[in-house]
Amino acid sequence: MHLSSTEASRTVHLDPPSTTTTPPLVIEPTHGWRTLDFKELWRYRELLFFLTWRDVSVRYKQTVLGVAWAVIQPLFIMIVFTIFFGRLGGIDQKIGKELSYSLFAFSGLLPWMLFAYALTEVSKSMVTNRNLITKVYFPRLIVPLAPLLSGLVDFAIAAVLFTGMMVWYQVTPGWPIILLPFFILMALITSLAVGLWLAALNAIYRDVQYTLTFLTQLWMFLTPIAYPSTIVPEQWRWLYGLNPMAGVVDGFRWALFGTAPPGPMMAASFVMMLLLLVGGLYYFRRMERTFADVV
Amino acid sequence: MSARVIHVCNIGKRYQIGQRERYQSLRDAIMKTVAAPLRWSKRLIEKATLGDGSTAQTIWALRDVNFDVKAGEVVGVVGRNGAGKSTLLKVLSRITEPTEGRIELHGRVGSLLEVGTGFHPELTGRENIYLNGAILGMSKAEITRKFDEIVAFAEVERFLDTVVKHYSSGMYMRLAFGVAAHLDPDILLVDEVLAVGDMSFQKKCLGKMEQVAKTGRTVLLVSHNMGAIRGLCQRALMIEAGQLVADGPPDEVINKYLGASGEAGFDLSNGQASADPLVFTKVLLRNRQGETTTEFKPGDSLTVEIHFHAHERIEQPHFWIGILSQYGPLLSASQLFDGHRPDHVEGSGRIRCTFHSLPLVPQTYTLRIGARAANGATPIVPTQEAGFFSVSGRMRDFGLLSENADSLAWESAPVLIPYTWHMPDGLEIKVHAFTRSGTTS
Repeated sequence: MHLSSTEASRTVHLDPPSTTTTPPLVIEPTHGWRTLDFKELWRYRELLFFLTWRDVSVRYKQTVLGVAWAVIQPLFIMIVFTIFFGRLGGIDQKIGKELSYSLFAFSGLLPWMLFAYALTEVSKSMVTNRNLITKVYFPRLIVPLAPLLSGLVDFAIAAVLFTGMMVWYQVTPGWPIILLPFFILMALITSLAVGLWLAALNAIYRDVQYTLTFLTQLWMFLTPIAYPSTIVPEQWRWLYGLNPMAGVVDGFRWALFGTAPPGPMMAASFVMMLLLLVGGLYYFRRMERTFADVV
Repeated sequence: MSARVIHVCNIGKRYQIGQRERYQSLRDAIMKTVAAPLRWSKRLIEKATLGDGSTAQTIWALRDVNFDVKAGEVVGVVGRNGAGKSTLLKVLSRITEPTEGRIELHGRVGSLLEVGTGFHPELTGRENIYLNGAILGMSKAEITRKFDEIVAFAEVERFLDTVVKHYSSGMYMRLAFGVAAHLDPDILLVDEVLAVGDMSFQKKCLGKMEQVAKTGRTVLLVSHNMGAIRGLCQRALMIEAGQLVADGPPDEVINKYLGASGEAGFDLSNGQASADPLVFTKVLLRNRQGETTTEFKPGDSLTVEIHFHAHERIEQPHFWIGILSQYGPLLSASQLFDGHRPDHVEGSGRIRCTFHSLPLVPQTYTLRIGARAANGATPIVPTQEAGFFSVSGRMRDFGLLSENADSLAWESAPVLIPYTWHMPDGLEIKVHAFTRSGTTS
């Protein structure tokens, strides 16, 4: 099967099909663990690109403010946080004198918005793309992967605003900034890991869709966005770190402002993320066999 | 001898009843889990009694299906709605996994279960060509190479940069089929995609399919369009209740299919209780002599006899009968039009309608029936395909003298009425098509 190889299709275009040379495609019921077919995923990379591109262009086509939405949301949450948590709540005293609370809050919102968007879209992806799933074959994993990439577009736009704020507040990041991509990736993987569970569940039980808003709201307050993770007592921080997004946000702040370097909390976040990912992939692959029948 | 490109061995697909119809809510799932031990023990008992792995909650949509297809063969698949044809295509195209058995496919597989899969209304024609192409498994380079051909086929040059939600349905279908038609697989799996679109478009699609078939591609075509199967395929499979019951030359298989459904009448009671006030239970087709059949001669008369059961007294219902050709609706007898209708129906009964002197050429036709309430608007029974019949006979016997008349018939316009040619030299030629005395003068 050379579903997307250009050479193969070119020869097909000119000659009668040569069918005996390639090994046959075998379709059989599968049982138990199914390994990920990375080669196949790679062959379908163009489809991933097209689905991402569709999501991005459709999202902004019918909006008046267009890409401004990517900025408006974190900006307004930041303003509300600054007034209520920062000023009135007195949290700005707890984050160190040299750092502006607005910048602090935005640095947490940046990965959070990416995570929350990706999580929501990944979870809904199997249902929103059911017309594809029930009519065409492609590796099902492509569907939940696409929102991760389209989320990055919003993230990049918000990051431009953030860079402007960094310049305004005259904050210069140190060397840890080079590790920022790692934390972005971590946010994406976390959203994928949890999203895969929810996407597979949502294909069967539509309840999942309705709990998403609630889930992300709750999760936001469990993540050190409006407050620093240092307000959690030292001995409990590893437990707090079981929320992988806590590690991501702390990592962001370390990379941008040089706050406390990652410790046990980050380790806990990282391990938790991996566990969720392996579990999510396993569950998704197990459910994949019947997606077309149930979704 | 050509190589075997599709090898299907003991394929079975089991569904849980209700699984296909609707999704569950979490509450149902929790209830099920709680009730699981009880159901489990019940199932064990059922398994012991039924003994074939099918329980009361599951059905086999396909079972023990075996066949091979050689390279370059064009194979039609016939069967009634719900017989398992679409499930077979879904399993072959890897959309759903078989429950048992093994399939080997040699070569690039393209499946076309729906025209326009993944089209997005907010995207332009150009954008949708790329998106749809990618979804069907084409690479970007491949789409770019075929782009002009696709656009020319679809005749949408002027609207390429228009958002497709503003397209007419005809344009939409042409564009969608254009992309699909330029998919270049070794094995093409097609499900009933010709059932849509206007006549000229359908002819174009049939033409394109013929082209594909001629280039040595292997095609598996599911269709209710017996004409298309007769014309395109060298071989046909018939599926009934999930099993392969016939495999052979299209004419033989189609006759078996029509015969199996036709001689005893088309049984429309699917064994399920219906909430509709009226159900159609059976349809019989009779010829001029009153015999039940599904084979008619051009000019013959066709009597459609509908058996129904009304669960309640229904005042002045409208019945209607439609005859469809491969190109779409063709003839109808509708009480909505003619204004004649029964005073009331209640319990079991039947209604008959005779079409006199069918002016139809040898093709296969579909029968569609329905009924509406006294107000003429509310359907009291779902519109349904009630049966099929074919018209056969030598065209020469009916005054159509061309040597190619017989082979042209299956794809010609289905209705022929008498007409007269006035030749350049003043000669007048009357063609009394399909009136029994039909001859040329």
